Amino acid sequence: MRTLIAPGALRTRRGKLVYGVVLGCTLAVFTLAFLFPLYWTVTGAMKSPQELAQTPATLVPREWHPETFAEAWDQLDLGKYFLNTLVVAGGAWLAQLAIDVPAAFALSKLRPKFGNVVLGLMLATLMLPATALLVPTYVTVTDLPLFHLNLINSPAAIWLPAAANAFNIYLLKRFFDQIPDELIEAARIDGASPVRTLWRIILPISRPILAVVSILAIVAAWKDFIWPLLVFPDTGKQTLSVMLQRVAIDMPLNVLVAGMVLASLPMVLLFGVFQRQILAGLTAGSLKG
Amino acid sequence: MLTVEWPAHVDIRTARKRTRIRWKVRENLSAYGLLCAALVVFALFSWYPIVRGVLLSFQQVDFVNPAAWVGIDNFKRLFADPQFGLAWRNTVLFTGLALIFGFAVPFFTAVLLNELRHARAFFRLAVYLPVMLPPVVTALMWKWFYDPGPGLFNSALGAVGLPGGQWLDSSDTAMLSLVFVSTWANMGSTTLIYLAALGTIPGELYEAAELDGAGVWRRLRHVTFPQLRFVLLVMLLLQIVATMQVFTEPYVMTGGGPDDSTVTVLLLLYRYAFVYNDFGSASAMSLLLFVALGVFSATYVRLTRRVES
Repeated sequence: MRTLIAPGALRTRRGKLVYGVVLGCTLAVFTLAFLFPLYWTVTGAMKSPQELAQTPATLVPREWHPETFAEAWDQLDLGKYFLNTLVVAGGAWLAQLAIDVPAAFALSKLRPKFGNVVLGLMLATLMLPATALLVPTYVTVTDLPLFHLNLINSPAAIWLPAAANAFNIYLLKRFFDQIPDELIEAARIDGASPVRTLWRIILPISRPILAVVSILAIVAAWKDFIWPLLVFPDTGKQTLSVMLQRVAIDMPLNVLVAGMVLASLPMVLLFGVFQRQILAGLTAGSLKG
Repeated sequence: MLTVEWPAHVDIRTARKRTRIRWKVRENLSAYGLLCAALVVFALFSWYPIVRGVLLSFQQVDFVNPAAWVGIDNFKRLFADPQFGLAWRNTVLFTGLALIFGFAVPFFTAVLLNELRHARAFFRLAVYLPVMLPPVVTALMWKWFYDPGPGLFNSALGAVGLPGGQWLDSSDTAMLSLVFVSTWANMGSTTLIYLAALGTIPGELYEAAELDGAGVWRRLRHVTFPQLRFVLLVMLLLQIVATMQVFTEPYVMTGGGPDDSTVTVLLLLYRYAFVYNDFGSASAMSLLLFVALGVFSATYVRLTRRVES
């Protein structure tokens, strides 16, 4: 593919030399800037507390203490917090799929009366900066109107607001809009109900967009900090991020760092496995948002 | 033989019409059946809080006494608070610095990566890896790196014979230090978005510019830049809106210090609500933040919509 630099310029001896130097420098800078901090953190977790307190710091641990990871698992009660985070993120993901997919399908293919008004009201919320609703949503969650429920300390306080996601509706509706109406008509003539049409016809051909929405939902829920900080005052219910921030001051540094490494692993592994889908979701998520 | 008898008063046309109406009603009912869960969550967690937020801004709310109307007292209290002006100044400073780094660095990184023919997968993975870390972990990690004693930065600077810095411990460098963290953590997604956009620029444009005698810099300026203008503008708006809401980095790394040099709008908003127990003033602050950012997010939504149609 033709880019900024002419292919001819790269074939000369000078061009090859310059390219080699630039490539080498970029490799070095990227390794230093993005991988070295991770190396530092992982090895830092395995240094002894004395070595961690030493100035200047050591590049390679003098003694290796991999058992710190096991200690961190016990001392920070990581099993419980992993489970909490999993419940919060998994529930948020399921709620978004279960609520936003049928809604987008109805707006795209069934086109009910006032459907456009509903869509407009939903998309209008995209113009709000995410945190503008922080306080009123918190106040609402403490005493849900009509139901008079207090959702504080319940994972539902994360799941339900996560489902009120206009961006999901927008992405899904845009995908459903491209599915030909004839397909829906044919299903209707065969006597299929809308729910059956959605389940048997639309969902199987919508896997790419469902993958994008799923990845956006799970990554957002795993990374979220401020909202879980507000809705989980009960320390036993908190997510990994909120817990790590809370114990950061009291924990020995090696234990804390080991806990941070363990808490990051699931997302890094997920990225390793679903790299292509995540990067596709990223471009869908921000370019055309 | 079976005969079907039409009731005398119903002719075929009205019967058909009736079936059609019944169909329409059924369609609408099932559509709203599928929509109802979404309507409930949007009503409870988006639409109602919008209205509630405006109302709260003019009320005194502490969850101890019953809420009372106080007119514009909340706004008066905010403007009388010296921290309020400071928070806005700090936030605008953060956004400005974050744009200098977070806007220019990803763009030039993407242009550079687009020229490299080797190790492409490595570059993409490396730059995106920090995006996958939970922001709290990133913030705690960098807080430790910045430690003026045994931290990574001063150790590295010392190793090459340079004097260390005070980083987060000095009010002169604390905000800049937070900007580095946020740039490191977020530049992966911006870079990859630019990289994807660079891939769509037709090669003939560069060839034509070359035939006209344009050098590398002029090609960058007159081909690459105009071709990416839209993406750059969209990302600029997104970054302004996102960085004006910065919270996690100052909350976790500095708590607003030293000397209040990193108190941001959102950090102060958090304090008003959850430390001073003054939800009215906190709502008033959200309202002001919304007004300040509404222009940017509205432009963003309109721009991306126009491209759609």
